[in-house]
Amino acid sequence: MSPHDSHAPRAAEAAARRSYGKLIAFLAARTHDVAGAEDALSEAFAAALADWPLHGVPRTPEAWLLTVARRKSADALRQRRLDDAAAEQLLILSDLTIDDNEMTTELPDRRLGLLFACAHPGIDRDVRAPLMLQVVLGFDAATIASAFLVAPTTMGQRLSRAKAKIRQAGIGFDVPERAALRERLDAVLDAIYAAYAEGWSDPQGADARRRNLADEAIWLGRLVASLLPDEGEALGLLSLMLHAHARRDARRNPAGDYVPLGEQDPAQWDAAMIDEAETLLSQANRCGDVGRYQLEAAVQSAHAVRRRRVASDWAAIEQLYDALCALTGSPVAALNRAVALAETRGPAAGLAALDALANDARLADYQPYWAARADLLARSGDAVAAMQAYRQAIGLESDPAVRQFLQQRAAQLSAGST
Amino acid sequence: MEYMLLVYSDPSHFEKLSPSQAAEGMAAYGAYREALQKAGVLRSANRLRPTPTATTVRLKSGKTEVLNGPYAETREQLGGYFLIDVPDLDVALSWAARCPGASHGVVEVRPIWQMGES
Repeated sequence: MSPHDSHAPRAAEAAARRSYGKLIAFLAARTHDVAGAEDALSEAFAAALADWPLHGVPRTPEAWLLTVARRKSADALRQRRLDDAAAEQLLILSDLTIDDNEMTTELPDRRLGLLFACAHPGIDRDVRAPLMLQVVLGFDAATIASAFLVAPTTMGQRLSRAKAKIRQAGIGFDVPERAALRERLDAVLDAIYAAYAEGWSDPQGADARRRNLADEAIWLGRLVASLLPDEGEALGLLSLMLHAHARRDARRNPAGDYVPLGEQDPAQWDAAMIDEAETLLSQANRCGDVGRYQLEAAVQSAHAVRRRRVASDWAAIEQLYDALCALTGSPVAALNRAVALAETRGPAAGLAALDALANDARLADYQPYWAARADLLARSGDAVAAMQAYRQAIGLESDPAVRQFLQQRAAQLSAGST
Repeated sequence: MEYMLLVYSDPSHFEKLSPSQAAEGMAAYGAYREALQKAGVLRSANRLRPTPTATTVRLKSGKTEVLNGPYAETREQLGGYFLIDVPDLDVALSWAARCPGASHGVVEVRPIWQMGES
């Protein structure tokens, strides 16, 4: 590389993207000090941005960053009073020496362990996904706060508390043993899916950072699936996210209006992504135990058949939601089951199933419940009740395009009934 | 906890709308208000007439001063508010995001400072 390399800032950024989580995982694996590793690494990146444009990008940027970060961590520790704990940390750090051979080879990948630490039962459920986004991908607290609709200072505090917990409780970066793996893996997958869902809720990509979030969640999903290729649920989650992501452009027409799934043009779906999702799902099915994500991916697969100009397989979808309800007891699964019932047995059957959920407080403020109710009431001919349900759905919706769609549906209904 | 959701928006936004779009916009606010009511969190809500109707009063060196217009001339003006009672800021923010004002303007969320509270 030549000196005064103008590509250096970009090389630092690329190295950051590629290696951030790996470097954090490596630095913090034994000290448990994630926040300290982040500080050291951010100093190392600053040093790289100053150094690389002058001296060229090193042959192994990752190793360069790691060496500087380790030195910064050690400096930071020395500046504090050298108590026993600090002395021990210094010892661990000096242990993390990378010899010249390692400089040229790949770092050991401890990111999976880092993901398991982030989704540890000792970490609050709500902060697991934000924590992963920060420590594995390097998102800042403000961006994460916007995505999860939390005040930035609050998100910063929650993340700091979680990192303090990892350090103080000595939460390990180990991948759990077989017996505990399934349960712990569910928490990892749930957090990844939570990140995806937050990204998905910005279909226009109006907020570039949020659209990025869905992509990043898929990236995490790929990472876990590649590191645990025999875990059906890890493959199932990736399949589910890819199925949903394949339809992202079809959710808006050229005018920017919302297009519901049933009215989307399958030709606009990303065929290659659906193919990959289908392959993953059949791999997952060969792994044995069926879980939530495989079932949900199978639902998406039953919609994806529309690519071949056949209708969604509602009978299969109903059965899949039956299984999901039995497995998870989730009110959202029950809601989707009711929608499927309306397709297989008519709106009255769907409405009866919705009525059974009417007292579930978890659905009272859930827009899709009211939108589904409005639709089924309208299809049953009860325009007055349908209008009321539409108003509730409109009042609960935050996406302006979806809100407008619901308003148009309601307007059509009132025009038809007068 | 009580929070005030203050809706700031550019008044010219509404002037540019067609009558049917304006009606749709108003209906969205109506539906939002009903959803707050139905959730049992709404304390009060009001829309404010535009800032040209504002009159500002202050006491300067013991004399009252009355001025035409709002306190601050900015493009985005306080157009209304919703006072809600919810368990915490996270819930307040989720309601703020649903407010139609969040898409055509901004919604500022402020906790109420109760009398006697330090």
